[in-house]
Amino acid sequence: MSKIKKLNKTTRSNFITYAIVIIAYILSQIFSSAGIMSNSLRGQLVPICAYVVMAISLNLTVGIMGELSLGHAGFMSVGAFTGVITAISLQDSVTSGPLRLLIAIVIGGIMAGIFSLIVAVPVLRLRGDYLAIVTLAFGEIIKNIVYCLYVGMDSNGLHIGTVSIEALQMEDGATTIINGPMGAVGITKLSTLLAGFLLILFSLFVVLNLIKSRSGRAIMALRDNRIAAESVGISPSKYKLMAFVTSAILAGMAGTLYAMNYSTVAAKKFDFNTSILVLVFVVLGGIGNIRGGIIAAVILTILPELLRQFSEYRMLTYAIVLILVMILTNGAKARQFLERIKGSLRFIKKKSDGGGAVNG
Amino acid sequence: MANDREHRTKMVPVPSKAIIPERDLDKTPILEASHLGIDFGGLTAVDDFNLTIGRTEIAGLIGPNGAGKTTVFNLLTKVYQPTRGTILLEGKDTHGMNTIQVNKLGIARTFQNIRLFDNLTVEDNVKVGLHNQMSYSMFSGVLRMPKYWKQERIAHERALELLSIFDMQDLADHKAGALPYGAQRRLEIVRALASNPSLLLLDEPAAGMNPSETSELMDNICKIRDTFQIAILLIEHDMNLVMGICEGICVLNYGKIIAKGTPEEIQANPQVIEAYLGKKKGEN
Repeated sequence: MSKIKKLNKTTRSNFITYAIVIIAYILSQIFSSAGIMSNSLRGQLVPICAYVVMAISLNLTVGIMGELSLGHAGFMSVGAFTGVITAISLQDSVTSGPLRLLIAIVIGGIMAGIFSLIVAVPVLRLRGDYLAIVTLAFGEIIKNIVYCLYVGMDSNGLHIGTVSIEALQMEDGATTIINGPMGAVGITKLSTLLAGFLLILFSLFVVLNLIKSRSGRAIMALRDNRIAAESVGISPSKYKLMAFVTSAILAGMAGTLYAMNYSTVAAKKFDFNTSILVLVFVVLGGIGNIRGGIIAAVILTILPELLRQFSEYRMLTYAIVLILVMILTNGAKARQFLERIKGSLRFIKKKSDGGGAVNG
Repeated sequence: MANDREHRTKMVPVPSKAIIPERDLDKTPILEASHLGIDFGGLTAVDDFNLTIGRTEIAGLIGPNGAGKTTVFNLLTKVYQPTRGTILLEGKDTHGMNTIQVNKLGIARTFQNIRLFDNLTVEDNVKVGLHNQMSYSMFSGVLRMPKYWKQERIAHERALELLSIFDMQDLADHKAGALPYGAQRRLEIVRALASNPSLLLLDEPAAGMNPSETSELMDNICKIRDTFQIAILLIEHDMNLVMGICEGICVLNYGKIIAKGTPEEIQANPQVIEAYLGKKKGEN
């Protein structure tokens, strides 16, 4: 009996998360086809999806693994530019748009994973603030590398250089893919809301299933008490690496999705501010709370659009809203109020459960 | 006066082997530590530590505060690498191994200051202990392969079975951090047992427990030894517990063994009495 109850409890919580995402997708489809949604908001749909995936991904590092990463946008950047290069170079060989997007997302994710492996060597030897500083540096390094990266393509294949497009000495009629500080140019928009929605479901599937498995328990055990975890035979480096790389792969995929939604993407899109923005999603949604992170990502991406009427006071209002949310969810009085609401909800549920038992 | 001081520094003859229950004398001992020592900078925390534990022996490690008891545990579990000496576990030299390898070889431990995975449920804490008894990969876990379901079901049953030793199966869904103190101590033992050890190290298992809880714990320690057929080495300040269940006792003071023997021998040993109570007034 308790076994069934327990299984229900964890799977129920996961189902609610999946259901929220699916309902949100259906609603946004209805709204956008009915024309209720403003143009600017409709343009935000794919970025919202990308940010939701970023929030899920960073939650794996910050909430589940328990290490603060300040360079998550770096992995997003790696994924974005790798994805763009892949998509443009496959333009002729793979004609189907969705398939090209899929390949780009996979390659973007893999590339971000490879970068995270390289970074993990120094990073996972560190803990706490030091780890945060190294990841922050990583984000900046990636940004600066892309700043001076020139990638073009002609009939001979890809050309990569660090000086200028002319220095690549390509044939006439070559395509410029990444033009230094200008970033990636000439992208065919391939990202759709459906693609974003599927990517969210994919990352939810990966992260939620990972948490409820042997590896996920090991990762959380290391977070809660490293020494105790080692004493029962759990290798810290192996499982931290696993969490870190998985998280980076998802971030890379989100990056590709994000980049393929615009015709040009500059490296400064993925700077420190983006890393912090994603961290804000995670913190505001509750560290380790996947569902909370998703909701926070959606609300905080839409909020600046909704606050447009405040014009120049927009960012000020944004900050005030953030502070208010923090106070309201952490203040003693507000906590009591929320607990009372929860209590009465539980009472109602108990009543209905009791009724069910009698009927059964 | 001078004669007295000489007497104080002279070592009580140390038996070559700790007391091993008769039924095990023909088998190899589970643990053999010889001339074990560690220095922290210039400070010698443990020196010339020799201990042999039989396959199903309950052994006690006692001594005043700061004697180096926990350091011995940390040496045996390779939290610290010993400066000198060797540790043989089931006849295998553990030289150069780390905590994880030593655990896989068969040593599990609990901690003096409780170290649980506070945010995980009681059941998940035990399942973390079962980690190396399961073998499915991350991918089978994420993709929910048949292997996952099969091994998780076995792990679930095994976890509840282990929790039932301490009658804790009803607490399986609770957060470990929210458990009362005594239950946390018991959960630590269950988690250590889950990693399938042949030698269990208990660091002050009865700390903070009342007399009735302590006597229950004594029964349970004996029960664990009998059911799992493992050796147990425990650090404890509660003399009723130590004298009640330990077959062999080793007394440590200032990082050195000052006495070894059966509870009766230890109780009568003047060196031990001195270490705990100090010298008689007239003798100084």
